[in-house]
Amino acid sequence: MSREDFPALNQQVHGKPLVYLDSAATALKPQCVIDAVVDVYSRDCANIHRAVHTLSQRATKRFEDSREKVRAFVNASSTKEIIFTSGCTEAINMVAQAWARPTLKEGDRVVVSGLEHHSNIVPWQIVCEQTGATLSVVPITDDGEVPLDQLEATLDERVKLVAMNHVSNALGTIQPAAEIVKLAHAVGAKVLFDGAQATPHLPLDVQALDADFYCFSGHKLYGPTGVGALYGKQALLETFEPYQGGGDMIRSVTFEKTIYADLPAKLEAGTPNIAGVIGLGAAIDYVEAKGRATLHEKEQELLRYGTEALSSVPGVKIIGTAKHKVGVLSFVMDCAHPHDIGTIVDAEGVAIRTGHHCTQPVMERFGVPATARASLGLYNDPSDIDALVRALGEVRRMFG
Amino acid sequence: MNELRELYQEYVLDHGKSPRNFRAVEGATHEAHGYNPLCGDKIHLQLRIEDGLVADIGFTGNGCAISTASASTMTEAVLGRTVEEARAHFAKFIPMVKGEAKPDLDELDKLSVFAGVSEFPMRVKCATLAWHTLTAALDGKETVSTE
Repeated sequence: MSREDFPALNQQVHGKPLVYLDSAATALKPQCVIDAVVDVYSRDCANIHRAVHTLSQRATKRFEDSREKVRAFVNASSTKEIIFTSGCTEAINMVAQAWARPTLKEGDRVVVSGLEHHSNIVPWQIVCEQTGATLSVVPITDDGEVPLDQLEATLDERVKLVAMNHVSNALGTIQPAAEIVKLAHAVGAKVLFDGAQATPHLPLDVQALDADFYCFSGHKLYGPTGVGALYGKQALLETFEPYQGGGDMIRSVTFEKTIYADLPAKLEAGTPNIAGVIGLGAAIDYVEAKGRATLHEKEQELLRYGTEALSSVPGVKIIGTAKHKVGVLSFVMDCAHPHDIGTIVDAEGVAIRTGHHCTQPVMERFGVPATARASLGLYNDPSDIDALVRALGEVRRMFG
Repeated sequence: MNELRELYQEYVLDHGKSPRNFRAVEGATHEAHGYNPLCGDKIHLQLRIEDGLVADIGFTGNGCAISTASASTMTEAVLGRTVEEARAHFAKFIPMVKGEAKPDLDELDKLSVFAGVSEFPMRVKCATLAWHTLTAALDGKETVSTE
């Protein structure tokens, strides 16, 4: 039983058992991840890649073992293609500043979709400002999908990068990633996926997908906050300018000339989030033991249950009705603003997210200031949906 | 949960649903836009000030029940008052919703129904948005953000 693996679920909120439906914001952590982090600090507490003493060797081994776990998790061809970052946001910004900035010329184009998180919009706006490239947006449909024909129509040989999420955080839409890659590559553009919301839900093979860059964060994958990873094809990562200068990213330093280290160290300056990386490795072990395909199947079942249950609540309208979705239910109610919904269901012990979900263009597209969003993790079951539906009944009693 | 009843009192629900002075102001002399980026709450506040008195005040926009009710109540509280009195209300209202001061019933009258907001730290900005917008309008600033 998965629920028992998550100590945070074993608590009451306002006198009610916690019902956690906010995994798209951050997933709860299983005990094994918490233990791994505690163990680093209580046993293998040393800096990595430096000292010859035993603790440092142990920490270094566990850190590099995590890199191998990430490699296998995304099926990269080499651990040189896995760069640890502070999260998905830093991974995207690294590609923007270390690759796109020196690569893009005036007149070049970057294409994103109308479904993006701010973290996959703003880094490109910044780099376009710096280089004279332009940013184009593929608009989304009423269901919250990115139409491939519209993507194809906007692509031309000036497009150097297509940056899209693999799964939408606001609506749960699963993007047709393989088709996006094919269309982009047909005009010679590289493709970056913001995989923050996809990695907890979907099996992934970056080689089969032929993605050029794939970014994700640890904390949405049941791992610690403050850690994430960038996958990049080695040939592309080799062309990256140093993202930050500092320790660990050099081979030799003199005041006349510094020679940079090989991948992946070249892009990992300074002491990294050692415990976070090791915790991420533990999270990957945990998810892999459950089986991503099995988890996905179970979640799809619960998503169907939740979609039906929420649709039957009077006055509720689900925003984001794509054919392929992960367990994200974004909705509005005719009688209450999302923030009032959030406060009232919290009083019932139900944790959901309310707001614009860092996707203001998506909110504008659907003409709403905000939505309430229930998102599923592997510990959720139908009783959690039932609790939400009951809590929404309280909202209606108060505001209806 | 008693705190919830304190937050969503009948008075607040009523003003949230049917806000007073929810309209544009003709011949406005002062105005400001308020925005709470965390929630997406937006308010456009307009005032007509004549001889140091708030001769008319109205607002448009959208927000949650707390921010709408707070704006509605504010317009009623400051209408017909002097600018100094409006500023004095602001100075008492903000500490009250932050839980830093007990409601001063004489002075704040109906505004004291928002004292319950202090139990909900994430909602304080909803209650204060209209007031910060009022201050911005009086100070001649065009926009104000709670972040």
